[in-house]
Amino acid sequence: MSENVDTTLAPRMTRPPSSRLSRLFESRQLGWVALGIAVSAPFVIATPYALNVMTTAAIFVLLASGLNIVVGYCGLLDLGYIAFMAVGAYTSGIIAKAFDLPLIFTIPAVLVMTVLAGLIIGAPTLRLRSDYLAIVTLGFGEITRITANNLTVTGGPSGIFGIPGLLKIGDFDLQSPAVFYYVTVIIVAGFVLAAARLGRSRLGRAWRFVREDEDAAEAMGIHTYRVKLLAYIFGAIWGGFGGLLFAAHLSAVSPQSFIFLQSALVLMAVVLGGMGNMRGVVIGALVISLLPELLRDLAAYRYLAFGLLLIVVMVFRPQGFWPSLGYEPERRKPDIPDPAGATEASR
Amino acid sequence: MSAVLAVTDLQIAFGGVKAVDGLSFSVQEREIIAVIGPNGAGKTSAFNCITGFYKPTAGAVILGGKDITGKRPADIAAAGISRTFQNLRLFPDLTVLDNVRAGMHLYGGQNWADAIFHTPRFTRSEGAYTAEAHHWLDFVGYEGARGVPIRNLSYGQQKQVEIARALARKSGLLLLDEPAAGLNYAEKQGLLSLCRRIRDLGTAIVLIEHDMGLVMKLSERIVVMNFGRAIAEGTPAEVKLNQAVIEAYLGKDDEEVASHGDA
Repeated sequence: MSENVDTTLAPRMTRPPSSRLSRLFESRQLGWVALGIAVSAPFVIATPYALNVMTTAAIFVLLASGLNIVVGYCGLLDLGYIAFMAVGAYTSGIIAKAFDLPLIFTIPAVLVMTVLAGLIIGAPTLRLRSDYLAIVTLGFGEITRITANNLTVTGGPSGIFGIPGLLKIGDFDLQSPAVFYYVTVIIVAGFVLAAARLGRSRLGRAWRFVREDEDAAEAMGIHTYRVKLLAYIFGAIWGGFGGLLFAAHLSAVSPQSFIFLQSALVLMAVVLGGMGNMRGVVIGALVISLLPELLRDLAAYRYLAFGLLLIVVMVFRPQGFWPSLGYEPERRKPDIPDPAGATEASR
Repeated sequence: MSAVLAVTDLQIAFGGVKAVDGLSFSVQEREIIAVIGPNGAGKTSAFNCITGFYKPTAGAVILGGKDITGKRPADIAAAGISRTFQNLRLFPDLTVLDNVRAGMHLYGGQNWADAIFHTPRFTRSEGAYTAEAHHWLDFVGYEGARGVPIRNLSYGQQKQVEIARALARKSGLLLLDEPAAGLNYAEKQGLLSLCRRIRDLGTAIVLIEHDMGLVMKLSERIVVMNFGRAIAEGTPAEVKLNQAVIEAYLGKDDEEVASHGDA
């Protein structure tokens, strides 16, 4: 039996949306509404502090959507996800600083390095299942951070600072807070959309088959190891781009940003939002990243309140705010003829 | 008639227990073969060795002239064997259609870039996947809802979906592990005609089954297993009268040799 997923966390919604409200929540246009909210947010509040918080939240959404590919779709519990963000952040930071390049030109290098990191961490660990995988990924996460802490090229404990901005053409600087916020929102929206689309494809289905029952998936000819590695690599790319945006946002990278707590927070966003459903995960990520800021008035008690709230949510809604839907439309497409050759055995 | 599957001297041991101990049999094209035997005779272990879930300690499995012994289950499935499991192994939280789509994974037709950019190729292949899924559900005579999660279905319906999923693989050989277990009389009759229709598609079937009535009616040849090896092989009529088989099922020195009706 596949023990990859705790079935108490698995989606359980079992009937089509009955009310108009729930149909609205499943509508395809909802993504545009979310994008609209993100775009108009600076018109409501645009203090440097607010823009800073919103940009951080957007980056956090990107991280959560990447981890959702690994944990939500494929059911691989990854406790060291922040390592990929570290790889992305350090790669872009080091290269941009060394060659004094705008950060945007480090994208190919970030892609290569994160794919490599995904392969290096994934290849040996993905033969393991459930708990063992979690422990090994936890180890890799810490190894990455400690390595960054001790190497000279990464600047040791103090990290790298003075990282060049994303891009500057004449007077137009992508790095000015409001512009950078919009750039981040556009990039993050693209990645979230891509992750959601991947989830609805043949590959996304294969990930779910692996999550639900690895042996049965294997019996259907799905090379489970390869499919899991792909989930890992996609997760790594998403995390790497999160790192690149992070480096651009703070213009500094240090090992303290990649502690285990960060991995745990991203995982929390995925679980709280609803594993496997990109919409839920976006909400979860926003809650995890914005709530501590909104609770700032409670001063020292804010993390207590935050923790209590998480516990309450998990007790009363273990499947997350917005779990993935367990049904699909029944209608048939009559215009597609019965597939020719369906009755033919092929060997 | 050429052999689709040839199993020779298959062996697997778990510690000291030889679950399969020198099993040999072959399957011809468009043939329905039943593997019967008392519980613990090694039937399911043999299936697991053939499909790669267990690595046989000795012996060979040849599929259509290709040696597939000890390969990965996914490679064996790709080589042309599809199977069902003794205890349903569906994807409980996924919809009926998605479960059947699992059998179509090897059709390909799209890659991840198609999925991200929703190319025409992607739309086309998704449409084909859905149409085929409906086709195979129709083929097995599934009449329930198709967009709901598998966990909402009755046991009989789940069994139908599992066969539809295996059929969607479109392989030349289908292994069914106790397809009739837990089914009522009407459902068993449906299974009987379904197996014949599958055979008519050009697919050979090997089934493990305890329901002797079904086995006798359906199979063209029967392989009887006990203690990990084949103790008899032949047509249903031959097997029925075979002394070794009677002893395996009823014990030695028992004069009341019952007809193997519904066991």
